[in-house]
Amino acid sequence: MDKDFARRRRRELIIAFCLAAVAALVPLFVKDVYVQNVMVLTLMYAALSQSWNILSGYCGQISLGHALYFGLGAYTTALLFTKFGVLPWFGMLAGGALSALIAMALGYPCFRLRGHYFVIATIVIAEIGLLLIQNWEWAGAALGIDIPVRGDSWLKFQFTRSKLPYFYFALALACVAWFVTWWLEDSKWGYWWRAVKDNPDAAESLGVVVFNSKMGAAAVSAFLVAVGGSFYAQFVSYIDPESVMGFQFSLLMALPAVLGGIGTLWGPVLGAVILIPLTELTRSFIGGSGRGVDLIVYGTLIVLISLALPRGLVSLFARPKFFWRKAAVR
Amino acid sequence: MTAETIIQSLASGLLMGLLYGLIAVGLALIFGLMDVVNFAHGEFLMIAMYATFFLFAFFAIDPLLSAPLVAAALFVFGAIVYLLIVRFAVRAKANAGMVQIFSTFGLAIVMRGLAQFFFTPDYRSVTNSWLGGKTISVGGIFLPEPQLVGALLSIAAFAGLYFFIHRTDFGRALEATREDAGAVALVGIDKNRVFALGWGLGAALVGLAGAIMAIFFYVYPDVGASFALIAYVTVALGGFGSVFGAFAGGIIVGLVEATTALILPPSLKSVGIYAVYLLVVFVRPRGLFGSM
Repeated sequence: MDKDFARRRRRELIIAFCLAAVAALVPLFVKDVYVQNVMVLTLMYAALSQSWNILSGYCGQISLGHALYFGLGAYTTALLFTKFGVLPWFGMLAGGALSALIAMALGYPCFRLRGHYFVIATIVIAEIGLLLIQNWEWAGAALGIDIPVRGDSWLKFQFTRSKLPYFYFALALACVAWFVTWWLEDSKWGYWWRAVKDNPDAAESLGVVVFNSKMGAAAVSAFLVAVGGSFYAQFVSYIDPESVMGFQFSLLMALPAVLGGIGTLWGPVLGAVILIPLTELTRSFIGGSGRGVDLIVYGTLIVLISLALPRGLVSLFARPKFFWRKAAVR
Repeated sequence: MTAETIIQSLASGLLMGLLYGLIAVGLALIFGLMDVVNFAHGEFLMIAMYATFFLFAFFAIDPLLSAPLVAAALFVFGAIVYLLIVRFAVRAKANAGMVQIFSTFGLAIVMRGLAQFFFTPDYRSVTNSWLGGKTISVGGIFLPEPQLVGALLSIAAFAGLYFFIHRTDFGRALEATREDAGAVALVGIDKNRVFALGWGLGAALVGLAGAIMAIFFYVYPDVGASFALIAYVTVALGGFGSVFGAFAGGIIVGLVEATTALILPPSLKSVGIYAVYLLVVFVRPRGLFGSM
């Protein structure tokens, strides 16, 4: 059994490596800027959703306020760069560290809450952050920040001629988020988180320090999401509070994981690969002529998938044997 | 800031708070009944406002008269939503919480899309209704008539709901189903029927609120989003599962909002509501009147 498990984990690592290698080759053949743009967004959402999944999927603390950390990452990088000339790379680390600290500071009171009280607290806190930024004159208030072009290099992390560097960074970020999840899944933290998710009281009685394991999940999750936010700020070179910290964004981040399979290693990747291109396509091909059609398609898809496949799209790939065994146990 | 301004804004805060209570009570009712949070609640409000607007624009029916019609239409709509979507969502074998959140949230997106498609994203408003823009002076305090009528209607609705839940057979069936849906089936009450009627009732209440809101607020596809968050906070503040917690929660939210607007710039007035919610749940993790 143990050997089986080790083999399965090694196989997952190999599959991920192959997929990443194939993904890295794709832009060599696909030169269309629009398609490349969609690919960058897909990878970014895969990374974000994977990070969200650590706290909400594995640890079971459903957060609908992760836009706060995304926005913090984006704003820290953009402000440090435009006001003090700090390179985005340092901004990225600063934003990640700041978000992780804030996640733990907020977690301290919030992790006592359960169920819907917790979910609403996350929404409300992100909303407070949004309102504060919208009223913060120095940070550009509701108008946001225009990030000036100061170069075309990896050093400044700005590229004007090609989207390829952004693509490779997004790919690297998605791989890091995946690998961190893969690694944590089989660490003591991973087991603690799943125990906390299934039954916090039982976990506590068996010696899992529930509070600390939630804090750990929140810090890792917030750090990675903030790095994604820093990347996004550089990628679009213009940020405003609503687009990086709005409630919609928290949902967009959660959706790939939810539809792909919450609390699973491959769910966020699968969800992002299907959902993001589909959103972009409906937006540009149907959305232009009849406004609102993109929302109708998107919403219908969410309703249908969440009702028909509560375990997410990954459950389609589960082998029948596995299903059968599960059924017998139940 | 004079004492008069303070009393004035607290009075309008109280009226608005009673309306918030009316918007939120449907959410509280449905949650109390079956532990489901309807993430399309704001969109229920939105279609109620559109219904009121179109009845006014095409048939010249004043919102005060169309309110019962809108409530009845929403009753049917709520029951249909339960039968078509929620009934299946609560049966989910895995990730039940997520399935409920995202199936109703998907519905919200579809409704917003449909509203954009059929009604365009334009802002619309009911002009020259009986109450629109009128104020009444009570002892030197000016109260806007639409909000005043809305507040009275809210009190009446809560009183009616109290009577309904405690004095009628259906109300008792509702209470019993909420206590133990399994045992209820044993005594011959159809659980699905009670749930469907509960969803209808919850939607009808938000329909009533929407008809009043349409008198003094713009109607547009995204109008539900901002009120939905206030409704969630209202319900959670009162305590999930407590219908009358929503009444108290609404009043608190209205008063806090008015007070914050006195101290902070108007664009930050919601911060007060959110901060009070956090303070309350940090001290009482189940809201003010929540027992479960």
